[in-house]
Amino acid sequence: MLNTELNLAAPDDVYEALVALHRDLTPEQSRLVNAKLILLLANHVGDAAVLREAMAKAREGITPAGQDSTLRTTA
Amino acid sequence: MDGSTAGRVDYQSLVFPYARSPDQDAPQPVRHPVVIVGAGPVGLAAAIDLAQQGIRTVLLDDDDRLSNGSRAICFAKRTLEIFDRLGCGERMVGQGVTWNTGKVFFREEPVYSFNLLPEAGHRRPAFINLQQYYVEGFLLERARALPLIDLRWKNRVAGLEPQADGVLLDIETPDGGYRLQADWLVAADGARSPIRRAMGLESRGQTFRDRFLIADVRMDAPFPAERWFWFDPPFHPNQSVLLHQQPDGVWRIDFQLGWDADPVAERQPERVIPRVQALLGPEARFELEWVSVYTFSCLRMERFRHGRVLFAGDSAHGVSPFGARGANSGVQDAENLAWKLGLVAAGRAPESLLDSYDAERVHAADENILNSTRSTDFITPKNEASRAFRDATLELARDCAFARRLVNSGRLSLPSTYRDSPLNTPDAEAFDGPMQPGAPAADAPVRVAGEPAWFLAQLEHGGFTGLWFGEGEAPPLPATGGLPLRLLQVVPAGGAPAGAAVIEDAEGMLARRYDARPGTFYLLRPDQHVAARWRRFEPALVQAALARATGQG
Repeated sequence: MLNTELNLAAPDDVYEALVALHRDLTPEQSRLVNAKLILLLANHVGDAAVLREAMAKAREGITPAGQDSTLRTTA
Repeated sequence: MDGSTAGRVDYQSLVFPYARSPDQDAPQPVRHPVVIVGAGPVGLAAAIDLAQQGIRTVLLDDDDRLSNGSRAICFAKRTLEIFDRLGCGERMVGQGVTWNTGKVFFREEPVYSFNLLPEAGHRRPAFINLQQYYVEGFLLERARALPLIDLRWKNRVAGLEPQADGVLLDIETPDGGYRLQADWLVAADGARSPIRRAMGLESRGQTFRDRFLIADVRMDAPFPAERWFWFDPPFHPNQSVLLHQQPDGVWRIDFQLGWDADPVAERQPERVIPRVQALLGPEARFELEWVSVYTFSCLRMERFRHGRVLFAGDSAHGVSPFGARGANSGVQDAENLAWKLGLVAAGRAPESLLDSYDAERVHAADENILNSTRSTDFITPKNEASRAFRDATLELARDCAFARRLVNSGRLSLPSTYRDSPLNTPDAEAFDGPMQPGAPAADAPVRVAGEPAWFLAQLEHGGFTGLWFGEGEAPPLPATGGLPLRLLQVVPAGGAPAGAAVIEDAEGMLARRYDARPGTFYLLRPDQHVAARWRRFEPALVQAALARATGQG
């Protein structure tokens, strides 16, 4: 089960660190760093059910508004 | 060149003469139990398998040559084991380049390497690379040694009429048309399957907007017999490249080109040679052997059985080339189909047994399409986010073990386990390991009459095998109602062979791989998949499982 209660001892520090991580990066570099971070955390969490819950939570309230145009497939 | 090609048959140049069949002069369409369309690897394998069961086939091909170009080059362990059963595995492996190691590079650097067959005690390697024309040539030579196969070149199916008890075929030849009546028709006629089209059927799925260039080059090169895969290399930026060794000093190089590439221009030597030179370096000397630009789709038909017509191989399903799942899964279709069709054609099993061909091979096709689509998504990311995850995975793979397992340059073809097959008898007792009902039987080194041998070679008789782990007198098998069933007894190393069908588990590997204890009994199908298993031999249970495995349960 995904824990959505506070689980961080110093939440402000962690939030600051997340923002600081991207301060001097281009959007493309940022995207890469975020992707690495997600992969590292996903592996650390290990529980696929929890990860799927987190993915669903992250998508909640987002209305799909299109794709970027890179290498799109056709049906 | 090292001269090793001297004296070899140039299979690509062979032309097979059309010969008139007496059927063409018959007043009425002649009836045949099985007609197979397409003398590629799938059609040939099916014809050989049926002939080995004593079933006569007519094999029609619209052409008079073997595969043009190397095409499918990776033949997987399970396919080699099938070729062993068909009597030509040794030739394939002898001619092919054996490899087990793959290396992955990201930009300039090696990221990691993997061994596809980390476990010893298997007769066949994870893969061999062998040009498709050799595979077809060796299968063809085997087929020609079997008088039950009537191979007709330049016989094109121009039309067909499905009937309740067969199919009426209109065939065109260089000297006119004729008609044939088939009890059963196997459509192994390739991705564009004219039979599928004539029946108004479709293979549906996803087409990928990307183009790839295959360049087969002949050269003297220091590359080892490994599969090398580059993501975004400096010599071909932003795209992927695959390098693979084939026999006769030929290397397969596969360049991703992107969707905007011009398929005609990219085929020209003046475009291809600089790409190859960039990979090999300015000093390298090579010549182009075969060039092709392709796109691909992941497709399958909704059903592979349509009454008396059975689709197999590319006619039934298509995958991306990443993972070597095209020809391998086609040969595995043929093997799944052949024993069932053999029993049905001989009147030993009900027609409904062929519905399990559909169930099992549709499941296998879905597994192949899933794996192949996942590889394609990794190799050709569809958007910025998926590219970021791909690059992140490759960067992490250098020093994080978990990320190496996520790198996907093709999950190489493994045989399907038919977990939910209606032919399986579910386990009633606890077993460990992968040899569950529906799984393909694993090989192991054994001893037969004191001589080293391989386990799978003991299953090549083409019928069902009752595998009994036990010492002393073998139990009598139950009555089978004409179904072929043989007992194979396994005794521990040093156990006194008591009869002909006794093998010694020389290294204890068979018992380990099958989680066997004294008394354990496996029922193996003719295609070497597990039908059922028990901790003790009980004739009534074996009889029931055999009925179930032949569509009578």
